[in-house]
Amino acid sequence: MNLLSLAAPSLQTLSYLVVAFVSVAIAISFSRRIATSQRVLRCRIFSSLTDLRVLRLCTGTLVLTIFLALLGLEVGEYPIPRFEAIKTALWSRGGEFDFVVNSLRFPRVLAALLAGFCLAISGALFQSLLGNPLVSPDVIGINTGAALCAVFVLTVGADLSVLPWAAFVGAVLTAIVIYSLAWKQGVNGSRLVLIGIGINALLASGITYLMVKYPIERVVAAARWQVGSLFGSSWSDVRILALGVAIITPLALFLVPKLRLLQLGDELAIGLGSRVEMDRMAIIVVASAYAAIAVAVIGPLGFVALLVPHMVRLIVGSLTGGVLLLTGLVGALFLLGCDLVAQQLFAPTTLPVGVVTAALGGPYFLFILVRYNRAL
Amino acid sequence: MVNLETSDVVLSYGSKRVVDDLDFIVPEGKITAIIGPNGSGKSTCLRGLARVLRPAEGVITLNGRDIHAQPTKAVAKQIGLLPQGPTTPSGVTVLDLVRRGRYPHQRLFDQWSTEDEVAVGNALILTGLEDDLDQYVDHLSGGQRQRAWIAMALAQETDLMLLDEPTTHLDIAHQVEVLDLLRDLNRTEGRTVVMVLHDINQGCRYADHVVAMNDGRIANQGAPEEVVNSQMMQEVFGLAAVVISDPVTGTPLCVPDVVDKGAGREA
Repeated sequence: MNLLSLAAPSLQTLSYLVVAFVSVAIAISFSRRIATSQRVLRCRIFSSLTDLRVLRLCTGTLVLTIFLALLGLEVGEYPIPRFEAIKTALWSRGGEFDFVVNSLRFPRVLAALLAGFCLAISGALFQSLLGNPLVSPDVIGINTGAALCAVFVLTVGADLSVLPWAAFVGAVLTAIVIYSLAWKQGVNGSRLVLIGIGINALLASGITYLMVKYPIERVVAAARWQVGSLFGSSWSDVRILALGVAIITPLALFLVPKLRLLQLGDELAIGLGSRVEMDRMAIIVVASAYAAIAVAVIGPLGFVALLVPHMVRLIVGSLTGGVLLLTGLVGALFLLGCDLVAQQLFAPTTLPVGVVTAALGGPYFLFILVRYNRAL
Repeated sequence: MVNLETSDVVLSYGSKRVVDDLDFIVPEGKITAIIGPNGSGKSTCLRGLARVLRPAEGVITLNGRDIHAQPTKAVAKQIGLLPQGPTTPSGVTVLDLVRRGRYPHQRLFDQWSTEDEVAVGNALILTGLEDDLDQYVDHLSGGQRQRAWIAMALAQETDLMLLDEPTTHLDIAHQVEVLDLLRDLNRTEGRTVVMVLHDINQGCRYADHVVAMNDGRIANQGAPEEVVNSQMMQEVFGLAAVVISDPVTGTPLCVPDVVDKGAGREA
């Protein structure tokens, strides 16, 4: 039995986990108490309104993320002293730890951070655009659409470099199909969720079909497109993610003010000078692109895009550029944390990170469902 | 100043013509009230003026040029719209909402200029919301929420404001408060106001110009005293009414002339 062969979680890991949970709870309750205050930055043609609270939370999250990233370099089957790990990762080459740090752990940590960033922002854009916390790319099938195209590329044996593009096309097409099916004199969030869940099931069965149809040696490479895993993340994965983030993030920040108008309803948005259909399409494409690059690298990982943006919104309120970045940072932190748990909890057996996000996200999903339906 | 005109405009939803042959010049610097029975095309007319609905025929011009041929952001600096019962996104504070009204004035990197700050401050003071900045809009009472929306429209700083039934769902004290606010804006800042109103008496009391619509057409328009009389009430609303002089302001006041309801039901 597979389950029985799992080692019991080590006491040390468990106690770390408990400490982590408690500190997250304390951090959340503390962050709610920070008073909002705003500063304006102005010089010549530039001006911007900054919420100091969001800025502080961003800094705090960044510090935690760096700490966790260091932890990710150190721990594992082959523990490495902290300073050695930093040294090897940043400047020292060819040393004793070079292979473990620079080929295995460092790319994996970076991939987790970047993918978490992408998924969380994608979720924030979708949720804010349709005003429904359940409209996130993993629930409505955007991730699965991207994964279907990625699996297709893998199983037919096409060039691997087209994989991110295939995922992008899959994500955008899925988004457009869902959106047009849900269109009925405007789009209602709940209706879109139901249609999305149906589409999600359809696409998932498509993936299963491909896995069954094609020869096993090709299917093995596609196995991570079942749950989402960071195992075997390489520098080329990190490059794809980093490039994607660098290109899409400025676009997303540019679209935030337009999204804030669309939240007021189409009529008001038009009255305030928004080109409604164009802006909405642009936001959907950008949000899908975020989901697509994450899926292209780590597979259709569930619940990050659902849980993180909703949690951040509960703490800091409605979407602004700063809140969007904070959501991304929290997503990065969350996914990295989940991956460490997945690697360490039953060490030496490692779990796919998708199992951990699902274990945390499932109850949260129910919480949103219950809460949201009551609010209706 | 803004000069908004429609000529031979037809507004329709799909194949259904809702407003026909609309020829209308928005009176500059005045308060205009659009009145009429349910389904007469009042709101549709306002949506057309606000370029939310593209005319099927005819043309709407802003300062002499087709409104749909101008950049929508430039139009938004001149015309503001407050639709009926706007949806409030959850978790949005009063300050956040009012700031969104500045969108047409913001540029790519110039996201929060001194003018933006002044406009938002003024809008909040005019609507008396300066102490409720951090309140969530969806937690406010109906009257305060409506004031928050009006503050957002004010922050847009347009010479022309279009409002669709700004007083619905408000009790009478709040109705008067909102209408007083709009009249003050008109008198002190010279803003042109066009609003759809259900209450004819309020229309007569606050408007300089009344447009009575019936069946998608303008039945009559002019000063309240010229438009609102028992003949118009019969023709437009199909209601027998006596029009007297408002004891406070001297403007027309309609009193339905139907006493025996039982008789009305049989007939």
